[in-house]
Amino acid sequence: MPKRTDIHSILILGSGPIVIGQACEFDYSGVQACKVLRREGYRVILVNSNPATIMTDPDLADATYVEPLTVELVEKVIIAERPDAILPTVGGQTALNLAVQLVETGIMEKYGIELIGADWDAIRIAEDRSRFKLAMIEAGVPVPQSHFVYTLEGALEIIEEIGYPALIRASFTMGGSGGGVAYGPDDFKAVVEHGLRESPVNEVLIERSLIGWKEYELEVMRDKANNFVVVCSIENIDPMGVHTGDSITVAPAMTLTDKEYQYQRDLAKKVMEAVGVETGGSNVQFAVNPDNGEVIVIEMNPRVSRSSALASKATGFPIAKIAALLAVGYTLDEIPNDITKETPASFEPSIDYSVVKIPRWNFEKFPGVDPTLGPQMKSVGEVMAIGRTFPEALNKALRGLDIGLPGFSQALVVKKSKDSVALQKALQIPTAQRMALVVEAMLDDMSDEEIADATGFDPWFLIHMRQILELEQELERAGARLAELSDAEREFLLRRAKRLGISDVMIATAWGMDEMALRQLRKKLGVVAGYYRVDTCAAEFEANTPYLYSTYEQGDEAYPTDRKKVVILGGGPNRIGQGIEFDYCCVQSCWALAEMGFETIMINCNPETVSTDYDTADRLYFEPLTLEDVLNVIDLEQPEGVIVQFGGQTPINLTAGLAAQGVPIWGTPPDSIDLAEDRGRFGELLRSLDIDHPQWGMAYSIDEAREIVKRIGYPVLVRPSFVLGGRAMAIAYDDESLIRFLGEAAQVSPGNPVLIDQFIEDAFEVDVDAVGDGENVVVAGVMQHIEEAGVHSGDSACVLPPYKISLFHMSIIGDYTEKLGKALRVRGLMNVQFAIKDDVVYVIEVNPRASRTVPFVSKATGVPVARYAAQAQAGKTLTELGFTKTPEVDGFFVKEAVLPFNKFPGADIRLSPEMRSTGEVMGHASHFAHAFAKAQLAAGTILPMSGGALLTVNDYDKSAALKLGRDLQRMGFDLYATAGTAVFLQRAGLSVTAVAKAFGSGVTTVDVISDGTVNLIVNTPLGQQAYDDQQAMYAAAIRHGVPLMTTLSAAQAAVNGIKAMRDKDLTVRSLQRHHQ
Amino acid sequence: MNGNTPALLALEDGTLWPGVGFGATGVTTGEIVFNTSLSGYQEILTDPSYHSQIITMTMPHIGNYGCTPEDDESDRVWAAGLVVRSVSPIVSNWRANQSLPDYLAERGIVAITDVDTRALVRHIRTHGAMRSALANDNPDPAELVALARRSRDMNGLDLAKEVTCTEPYEWTEGMAWWEPNRQSSTGNRQYHVVAYDFGVKRNILRQLASRNCRITVVPATITAVQVMELAPDGIFLSNGPGDPAAVTYAIDAVAELVGQKPMFGICLGHQILALALGAETYKLKFGHRGGNQPVQVAEHKGVQISSHNHGFAVDATTLPLGVSMSHVNLNDACCEGLVAPEKNAFSVQYHPESSPGPHDSDELFDKFIAMMAENS
Repeated sequence: MPKRTDIHSILILGSGPIVIGQACEFDYSGVQACKVLRREGYRVILVNSNPATIMTDPDLADATYVEPLTVELVEKVIIAERPDAILPTVGGQTALNLAVQLVETGIMEKYGIELIGADWDAIRIAEDRSRFKLAMIEAGVPVPQSHFVYTLEGALEIIEEIGYPALIRASFTMGGSGGGVAYGPDDFKAVVEHGLRESPVNEVLIERSLIGWKEYELEVMRDKANNFVVVCSIENIDPMGVHTGDSITVAPAMTLTDKEYQYQRDLAKKVMEAVGVETGGSNVQFAVNPDNGEVIVIEMNPRVSRSSALASKATGFPIAKIAALLAVGYTLDEIPNDITKETPASFEPSIDYSVVKIPRWNFEKFPGVDPTLGPQMKSVGEVMAIGRTFPEALNKALRGLDIGLPGFSQALVVKKSKDSVALQKALQIPTAQRMALVVEAMLDDMSDEEIADATGFDPWFLIHMRQILELEQELERAGARLAELSDAEREFLLRRAKRLGISDVMIATAWGMDEMALRQLRKKLGVVAGYYRVDTCAAEFEANTPYLYSTYEQGDEAYPTDRKKVVILGGGPNRIGQGIEFDYCCVQSCWALAEMGFETIMINCNPETVSTDYDTADRLYFEPLTLEDVLNVIDLEQPEGVIVQFGGQTPINLTAGLAAQGVPIWGTPPDSIDLAEDRGRFGELLRSLDIDHPQWGMAYSIDEAREIVKRIGYPVLVRPSFVLGGRAMAIAYDDESLIRFLGEAAQVSPGNPVLIDQFIEDAFEVDVDAVGDGENVVVAGVMQHIEEAGVHSGDSACVLPPYKISLFHMSIIGDYTEKLGKALRVRGLMNVQFAIKDDVVYVIEVNPRASRTVPFVSKATGVPVARYAAQAQAGKTLTELGFTKTPEVDGFFVKEAVLPFNKFPGADIRLSPEMRSTGEVMGHASHFAHAFAKAQLAAGTILPMSGGALLTVNDYDKSAALKLGRDLQRMGFDLYATAGTAVFLQRAGLSVTAVAKAFGSGVTTVDVISDGTVNLIVNTPLGQQAYDDQQAMYAAAIRHGVPLMTTLSAAQAAVNGIKAMRDKDLTVRSLQRHHQ
Repeated sequence: MNGNTPALLALEDGTLWPGVGFGATGVTTGEIVFNTSLSGYQEILTDPSYHSQIITMTMPHIGNYGCTPEDDESDRVWAAGLVVRSVSPIVSNWRANQSLPDYLAERGIVAITDVDTRALVRHIRTHGAMRSALANDNPDPAELVALARRSRDMNGLDLAKEVTCTEPYEWTEGMAWWEPNRQSSTGNRQYHVVAYDFGVKRNILRQLASRNCRITVVPATITAVQVMELAPDGIFLSNGPGDPAAVTYAIDAVAELVGQKPMFGICLGHQILALALGAETYKLKFGHRGGNQPVQVAEHKGVQISSHNHGFAVDATTLPLGVSMSHVNLNDACCEGLVAPEKNAFSVQYHPESSPGPHDSDELFDKFIAMMAENS
């Protein structure tokens, strides 16, 4: 069947901001869909509120709308563009839910738009658990015994029947949010209540628990002609009970006989048919009882998912791209396999290697949060590794996590358990520390059977883990008599170690050597990495695509070219503070350098990204970003240059090591990078340039810290050096908190000094992104933070252009940026953070690398900042690039952060210098207030047009709150306030209802939030003693989705936004039209 | 055998592939081939079509789920040897009752692990299937190469007579309990199928038995007259090893039988039917062996993912009038099936019975039943 010619334009829905459970895998799928549909000649219209994505680059669609993903605004896009069809399957759950709303509100019908890629009935069956269950039972597919309930009473009745442990799932939520496991009546009530609240339809499913069963996934595709293929099978090491996004997973499935595997395949096919997925990719999840093989289908997603991104990277089969082609009418046999070129996509990839995925968590940023892994996903990113065997891939994945692990090693055990009973108990509870506990258990002489019983891990995985540990110990023994070993014996040992994926760091530690010395020895003995190709077919056909992974075998398929080439280092697994923004920069630089005729070589290990798509760079090395793995590629490729400034802190941390090996680092000189990080040298530079900066000091001990504080005075900002995202950064107001924060900082960056800065209270903060060519520097964008100083720039909303900064200050900012850029000989990107207070402009820090705001600036200015930066690094001058002055910005662009507190009950939600947001959105309009309101809307904060507002602020903020209260009352809002604030406002003549604090008597803040009286909250921190009251109020606000402003500037912006929206409706405009 | 016994695979072109031995100790020869199935090593090893072949599995981890008598496709291991990247140190599956190394040792099969199987597969892909010798008793490399060169060549070799049964027997066992979705007993009346055993896989017989057939399995050498004396409703031509053109006695018998009774052939049976109808066969460079091959059905253009194991193929350009290609491999346009409507005969090159492999082509057995129903 050829492609459809009755449709001409297609609207693609994106997934919005990065949140837990929905990350940049949907940028990857969206980019693939945009590219392939345009290539097929369709006009592509894109809506996505996330400016950090590559898909929202104006080059990728015909019309790009960075607008809130709400029915109202998408309808406006529809009116403006009148698309023929909507593709909702590449934008995650967000896009699918939005599509459901567009159908239900009649918008699709009204404008005569067709849903493609997913059938309306199919979505309803797959997404509605009761329909799904019914359809499965009808088709003869085994599903777990379960019942829907809508009240706690109903739930208590059902649990009698099902028994403990039971699984609770909330309907229509994503990433498993609102779900949980209950082992007894106490936690059962709590989990059910939470689930009922989280579910937009107040529905939860109580289900027979399959905890401890083995978990599998099949990634499948189906086309219009009913052709069906399994792209990849995935086996979870973590058993049922842990969300698959939080599980360590392996591809292909390792412990299924063909009979069992084919049975699952048959079931998956039946599921597709029963759900009615006509075209596209889906994933089907299975639970298998390890004792008798009983198979149960858990769920299916009728869309591209996180697992399908993983499956695409694991096999070389581009699911999203093919799903998009199927959606416009092609069949699988009509689509060629990109990698072999000569065979069609209607086949099932065979892989001759092993793939391991490990999630990455950020629990350290959320003290007080329950770190147990369960049915609700908590990880923020993931790493994937490819090796010929499972142990090789496991070791590569562990070191690719970029959290300082050398591999599956004794070094994982940092803190020993109290005793073997405690260890056994700890093993039973799934947490991020599981691998370390398994190592400890093995060292503690627990047998694989015992560990398997405690963890639910299949013994097959454990035996391979144990092999690694045993070899590590053998290496240690050999290390003790290294001098006696012949070269042949050393080579033999090294080769065995490398074939198990053991890192140079692990071997060097065992042999008491420096890593580079070990590397030299290893190379001298001829034990060097070779590269094999990911080819979809286990070498049956020739692979034309250089998608490579390292291994230690006889063969090698790298075949480097003799072209002029450049290596770009990616950012590794996503984490808070280092995410999609950096992938955006990496991808842009690939494209920019390819345009200049370079062969581009990408090294990265994040399966969710566009940078690890095999057709982004000319060559892709799917490798961990460690010194060893990167040097191996460089040894082989001999590039002209290596770009380190686009991948965030990860490649920056490798720079010194690479430079020491003579690797040509492009861009800003490594010495300047060091200068910017080194407080002493940096302070010296600022003084010499006559630039103001906060007083500061660098402490290696508590005494030194006290000395510094004596000199500069409280409050101070305490932070570790060489980290990103404000990790362990905090403001200390007294000795007690100083000492606490020093300890935390020292733990995060051991061996490095702790930085102590004077904290400039009540300052405005400003972020500047600039591009340099080594000689000149041009400011690309100046962004003003909306939150006051003290909130991490990643968590603060910001606006471009600034709305409250004088031209005089702007010129100082431009001048300082230029001076600093020249002094640091910046070639490529630079980010400078300023604080303005009392007419003084202070430089807070300089980062000679890409910043999180680069994609935002590009979208606001229409200038391809990252591309210019890449080309400047390759030797072009800014003049040659035609980038000689700061671009003018038309209208206002507001970036707002999205925080994951709804996934972490119990977290302190006050914004702080420690960054905790997972993603961002953008709102733009000709007026600031409208732009801000749009950004709020996009971030999921629904600003009310009328209703009740709760004000509760500290004394210091009371006078400012008066203006807020007055504005709100004028617009007809009823005012509520806690005692102090109420008295203050009443004295000024406002009519206010006083309410008690959360734990006070009478009507409390929590009451007015919970019963819907209040739909806007303004609260500023009330100090430590009010902490509990405040937490209870915040929890209520999050539960009921009531907008909460914790800074006065944000509150004022919100009030202005409400005012603006009452005056004039929000409008939409594509980036293309805006920058025309 | 355990531990680290050095082992060696030698190809006739002189290349050597070192590794570590497992299974039985000794030396073996055979044609070196590779299979890209991710699972199903036991079914593959016991498939008589692999007679005299040394199998390289491209899936690096083999032996993970052990072995169980339920998964045997015949009463012995027919493969001459096994080459893997990483044999599992343990068994992990509720169905297993033996480890793969023990299973092979017990059956006298020599195997090698820790081989760079990907490099080996690329070598075979480039240079074609060839003779080889495998030893895990500390062999001398030069002697092993010489042994590979002395071993017999597949071309022109009739291996069916080496694997076929000696006496006719009845088969009654249907599909196993763990494949509930394939118990497609159609409630039809019982048909008597005479199945030529050129190396028949059990799952073919199970498929027929599940469809209420009475099955008489007969030796490859049985004559057309003898077959007709058994009064069959349909005749089945099984899979099997070797060069189809060498099985002249069966080609003659089939030429006589075709058209008399509905006929269905699989693999070698397909090639024999083609030869009997006057077409020609040829040897593929390195064959199709795996569970992921896309086969398009001419009738409805649908694509089935199928299980393959063949080193020879029918030359579609030689099909005579009245015979057409019913199935084509989308990877290389190879003929995967033929149909001779006037003679009530059809056949496929691949393995609709799967085991191992996907179940996409079960419909072919139903088609055979329907054909018998129409003609009885």
